[in-house]
Amino acid sequence: MQTLKNLPIGARAKVVAVHGNNAITKRLMEMGVVPGVLLRVVKSAPFGDPLEIQVRGYHLAMRCSEADAIEVSGE
Amino acid sequence: MEKEQIKTQTVATRGRIWRKKTKNPGPKTSDFTIALAGNPNAGKTTLFNALTGLRQKVANYPGVTVERKEGFFLLDDNSTRIIDLPGLYSLDATSLDEQIARDVLTGKVENLQKPDVIIAVVDATNLERNLYLVTQLLEYKIPVVIALTMVDIAEKQSLEIDVIKLSKLLQIPVVSVRAAQGIGIEELEREVLKTAKSKKNIEPKWLINGNFGDSVSIEDIHLSLTDNPAVNKQIFARYNYISEVYQEAVKPIDTLQRGVSEKIDSILTHKFFGLIILIGILLLVFQTIFSWANLPMDLLDAGFGSLSEFVKANMSPGILTDLIADGIIKGVGGVLVFLPQILLLFLFLSILEDTGYMSRAAFLLDRLMRGVGLHGKAFLPLLSSFACAIPGIMATRTIENPKDRLATIMIAPFMSCSARLPVYVLMIGAFFSGQYIFGILSVGAVLILSMYALGIIVAIIVAFILKRTILKSPPPPFVMELPPYRLPNLKTVLLNVFTRAGLFVKRAGTVILAISIILWALAYFPRSAEVPSSEFQVSSQTEVSTDGGQQRADSDQLKNSYAGQLGHLIEPVIEPLGFDWKIGVALIASFAAREVLVSTLSIIYNADADSTEESPSLINAVRDAKKDDGTKAWTPLTALTLMVFFVLAMQCMSTVAVVRRETNSWSWTIFMVGYMTALAYLASLLTYQIGRFLGFG
Repeated sequence: MQTLKNLPIGARAKVVAVHGNNAITKRLMEMGVVPGVLLRVVKSAPFGDPLEIQVRGYHLAMRCSEADAIEVSGE
Repeated sequence: MEKEQIKTQTVATRGRIWRKKTKNPGPKTSDFTIALAGNPNAGKTTLFNALTGLRQKVANYPGVTVERKEGFFLLDDNSTRIIDLPGLYSLDATSLDEQIARDVLTGKVENLQKPDVIIAVVDATNLERNLYLVTQLLEYKIPVVIALTMVDIAEKQSLEIDVIKLSKLLQIPVVSVRAAQGIGIEELEREVLKTAKSKKNIEPKWLINGNFGDSVSIEDIHLSLTDNPAVNKQIFARYNYISEVYQEAVKPIDTLQRGVSEKIDSILTHKFFGLIILIGILLLVFQTIFSWANLPMDLLDAGFGSLSEFVKANMSPGILTDLIADGIIKGVGGVLVFLPQILLLFLFLSILEDTGYMSRAAFLLDRLMRGVGLHGKAFLPLLSSFACAIPGIMATRTIENPKDRLATIMIAPFMSCSARLPVYVLMIGAFFSGQYIFGILSVGAVLILSMYALGIIVAIIVAFILKRTILKSPPPPFVMELPPYRLPNLKTVLLNVFTRAGLFVKRAGTVILAISIILWALAYFPRSAEVPSSEFQVSSQTEVSTDGGQQRADSDQLKNSYAGQLGHLIEPVIEPLGFDWKIGVALIASFAAREVLVSTLSIIYNADADSTEESPSLINAVRDAKKDDGTKAWTPLTALTLMVFFVLAMQCMSTVAVVRRETNSWSWTIFMVGYMTALAYLASLLTYQIGRFLGFG
């Protein structure tokens, strides 16, 4: 399974699924990270974590552990 | 013309009625109640200011410290009450803000009727995510009017939104506004009025199993779904609906292109330079606060000094004159002198927050914060706590996990707040001014930075322990928007600075005034002549033989006063820290509020000064102060010990009250006061005794 965490910086991908059923996945989906949406990995913070992505025209920061719950497929 | 006049008159009358009403909340007289909702950074505050002007007030929701901002305006002669909800991404009850918003929308808040209309502030540059909140708002069956903001910025990004089509598709009015310029406000008001009168609701057709019937409230549905896989399906369904609307109303462009903010971020959140710039910005802020504030502080100090002299020269001598000159002016003035520094600190914090840099700082520091067990979001409350722990602790409500929130609250007061500055500045001014290390680094600056660092280091250790013991919980989620950089809105920043500075002045005028008067009275009574016999009198009589005169009499007065007796009572406890009973008096008083130490020392040492001479400045008074045995009361080591005590001790009644309200627990509050004060005592003891051992002081 390819997840957002493993994508290189600058990569674009489509969200296939948001795995898990907890407060984090719910918040991610509320922020617009739902299956079918396109996103782009912008950068990672100084220590490699958290990640910054662009989705629906805005920028969102999340930790690698959270990005690992987002299954993606290459554009 | 005539109508215009009537309108202004009504506004004035309404204003008066209102002010009465705030004191005595009775039945509602507003014709309409409107809720203002929107995502954070969508331009809600600017629109609120544009709608209400200055007819607004800030209070708290009952039982919690979530700020409740409301304002008043006229909708074509109908008095209208507008509630500014906290910035929200969704309405599901994960954070306190969201819960409050739901309570307002369902009419559960005391003295607040269910809103007739919701104005949803929607950021045009971020349409889809902003519309998500709108779909949830519509599910509450309250008519919604959309105020579309940032349209000009969207156009610059070649994002073309067909407002009419958007309105048709959503079946609700959409008005494009530029609140800062007042454009679109009248049209928005017209639409709100029309909607309030028509009371037209739309069916939330995007929901799975669309109609839940009237017996089940949407609130119940939201709540019941919280831990249910169905909730994710529901979110998905809302976004599907939004995507359909979006594709019809917006000309397609690449929404994943690099914007201006990202170009700025390529430097500001750079892997290496990002952290250096962050440290540089913080240093610059503190450096500026100290250097810019000097002149106005000296002026204020001189002003209060001459005011006190003026009172003494022009009023007949007596208790009242002493109270005004020595108690009130010295006490309150001693604290108000620090207003320039506090104004500057709040100014910089507001600018950092308003530009969007604050969330970048959280992004840069999250990895480090997590090492301690805290959330990157804890950075903002902790940074605000450098101004004052109260807004800092209130800001922790954005942290969703209760245990993380509690851990952050528990360490927030370790951040050196603005009330400690007066203490640091006084101690450094008296004992370390004009000294340099290697000829360039001023000892004062290094010491102040060390005090800030000490607070931070202790906070990290405490958080580390708390998060591994009583507040153990899995690593908190970190999902945070990095809003686009915006130029700070001057009006918003200034309003923010003056509201907070106003609170500081209010505190000086109430709490600190009261403490000043009480302390002055404690030091003034009983009068020595009236109460000659006390156990302290005996010891002082032996000293009197060497010297007589006014100074000795004043000294005896303080010693025999209630304050002096209290100071003597705790002297055995604080003696190992190098403090005499006079410092003890100031220390007791400062448990009400830290800056009270300065005003108390002003009052205490004034009693010691030769009243025939010109009143010396507090710094000289502290330098010259003597213990009862004639040795100096203060050495540089005593000053350092006192500063260490002030870094760590929980000396602020207002913070204690806020912690009690925010944690809703006396045990946590008492725990906090207890462990912080114990730590402060231990650390000061170590500082003083090790210092003495090494031959200082």
